[in-house]
Amino acid sequence: MSVGSSDGTRRLVDGLGWFSLGLGSAQLVAPGVMNRLVGADDDAVSRAVQRWLGGAREVAAGVGIELRRRPVRWLWARVAGDVLDLTMLGAVLGSPRRGRGGRRRAVVATAAVVGVTVADVVAAVRLSRDGGEGDKAVGGIDVKGYITVNRPVGVVFAYWQDVENLPRFMAHLQSVRSLGGGRSRWRAAGPAGVEVEWDAEISGERIDEFIAWRSVGAASVDNSGEVEFRAAPGGRGTEIRVRLTYHPPAGKLGATVAKLFGEAPEQQVRDDLRRFKQVLETGEVVRSEGSPEGPRARRQVFQRPAQPVTS
Amino acid sequence: MRATTWMGKTHVEVQDVPDPKILNSRDAIVKITSTAICGSDLHLYNGFIPTMRKGDILGHEFMGEVVETGPAVTRLKVGDRVVVPFPIACGHCGACERGLTSVCENSNPNAGMAEKIMGRSPCGIFGYSHMLGGYPGGQAEYARVPFADVGPLKIDDGIPDEQVLFLSDILPTGYMGADMCDLTPGDVVAVWGAGPVGQFAIASARLLGAERVIAIDRFGYRLQMAKDKAGATDVINYEETSVLETLDELTAGRGPDACIDAVGMESHIDVGPLHAYDRAKQVVRAETDRPHALREAIMACANGGVISVIGVYGGFVDKFPMGPFMNRSLRMRTGQCHVHRYMAPLLQRIQAGQIDPSFVITHRMTLQDAPRGYQMFRDKQDDCEKIVLSP
Repeated sequence: MSVGSSDGTRRLVDGLGWFSLGLGSAQLVAPGVMNRLVGADDDAVSRAVQRWLGGAREVAAGVGIELRRRPVRWLWARVAGDVLDLTMLGAVLGSPRRGRGGRRRAVVATAAVVGVTVADVVAAVRLSRDGGEGDKAVGGIDVKGYITVNRPVGVVFAYWQDVENLPRFMAHLQSVRSLGGGRSRWRAAGPAGVEVEWDAEISGERIDEFIAWRSVGAASVDNSGEVEFRAAPGGRGTEIRVRLTYHPPAGKLGATVAKLFGEAPEQQVRDDLRRFKQVLETGEVVRSEGSPEGPRARRQVFQRPAQPVTS
Repeated sequence: MRATTWMGKTHVEVQDVPDPKILNSRDAIVKITSTAICGSDLHLYNGFIPTMRKGDILGHEFMGEVVETGPAVTRLKVGDRVVVPFPIACGHCGACERGLTSVCENSNPNAGMAEKIMGRSPCGIFGYSHMLGGYPGGQAEYARVPFADVGPLKIDDGIPDEQVLFLSDILPTGYMGADMCDLTPGDVVAVWGAGPVGQFAIASARLLGAERVIAIDRFGYRLQMAKDKAGATDVINYEETSVLETLDELTAGRGPDACIDAVGMESHIDVGPLHAYDRAKQVVRAETDRPHALREAIMACANGGVISVIGVYGGFVDKFPMGPFMNRSLRMRTGQCHVHRYMAPLLQRIQAGQIDPSFVITHRMTLQDAPRGYQMFRDKQDDCEKIVLSP
């Protein structure tokens, strides 16, 4: 799997998002510890400030950035928060009641916040410059997959060209209905069983060589794909090369969570292609008792025992 | 139905489980009349094959009667008596078309798991871990057999189970071990391991014209069987004599032209410290397989000779003697057996009286006794060579 545009910016933004989540969680859960860490007084008022003005704010920014909901705005919100933090640390440093240890910790904390502020400003400026209101600059996921199918290229191409065949091998698709004129309506089950529907159009096609498609309108999973067909050498059938680009709900965070449940996109594409091969070569998807649905990434994490199925 | 299930390391149980159902249109359900415990089942029993799950039904050597067929099955009908090959093969992929059924590209729905360990996936196998498909095995009363038109071989009523049961695995596996040696007149073959597969490798090497076949093992009763039944011309007990020196003597310093490893990943060796070293690395998973027999075969083999590996390996080995292997122009041939291509010709040899595979059977038990059978076979109790179970 490779991830699209402006890799450095994406990594920086992503890092800041996770940093926000981590720091914010610590502030929410253990404000007293955090107070001592930055050399501030630890009383009821400063704990409340630490927890709600600091922690809640950081978590909100982290979630906002990772969900790819207008991350530029969240980054600028982070910068504003940094300024607030620096102001409060200035008050801590200026306070006459500070011991040597407390002052040293406050100086270290101030230096750290200055560093993070610089990173936030850089990320916000770069992301704005990339025109990155959200997904496209940060969360686009590119997945590639390859397989050789032992059937003539004409047969293989024709099967894929009929979009209503796609759910037979693309495990997440429930249905694809042709609307005519190269347009079709796709219905799929996303991670955690969320059902999504979108329209797609064929954006390019050359008989026996190439098909490309992309979602149109307000698709909740903005996606596109292309598949190349080529006769394999020496009568070995048809070589297939697929490339998908999509922007999963909740961006990179969603993709990461999905991965934990065995829904890694690159594995999904490989398994979809395996099913495609099985359907074309053997007539159907091959099932075992351990994997009764056939090859599915998720099943490889949660296998049934190798015993007959009952339902 | 009753079935032998894997319940953890060195723990198998015979349990009540649901009866199998048709899952694919090309499936058949077979009522099992005879099944066997394979040496490679001991690798599962001893916990060396990853991706086993509690409750998995074991067994990949079985035969029986077809009791149900899926709508797309055309060659088999209810009532047919069949032997079922252990590799599950679709018959239509590139590998199957080339006769390489044990690397069928479609029969492992868990190919993604196998790829993580092996790079690419071999075929699915009955009762042999989830990375090889998650298929229930045949040490049970019934089994679902996918691609029923491709694998199962029909057997006439006149031939007893015990003469044809081993067409499912160990006879073709031993035969392929000898076949991969590409024997020419005058060839000397050495076979490491005189378990059931080793016995059939020895017998097959004789059938294929080997001048001399040398059996190597540490159990006297196995070497005796190799000599009396399989047709070994010489035997070496490696706990009593030096293998390399004896092979030198028997071949006047040339070494065997072909060396067959019928041992695999849980090899033993007469050099205590070396064995302890490999055993220790295996325990901490720094290496998964102990390849003593393979190392010795490479050191022993004649220049330009063939190493034929039919013993099962699961993962990675250490201290592989690559220098000797490369500098002495050796070749290595390997593979899980492509059983489908050998079944019919071997059935003909059985019917022609050229070989009676039932000579390896030392114990007959009911399915219910499987747990005792596993232990007995593993510990080589009561001169155990091969156990056949009847459900």
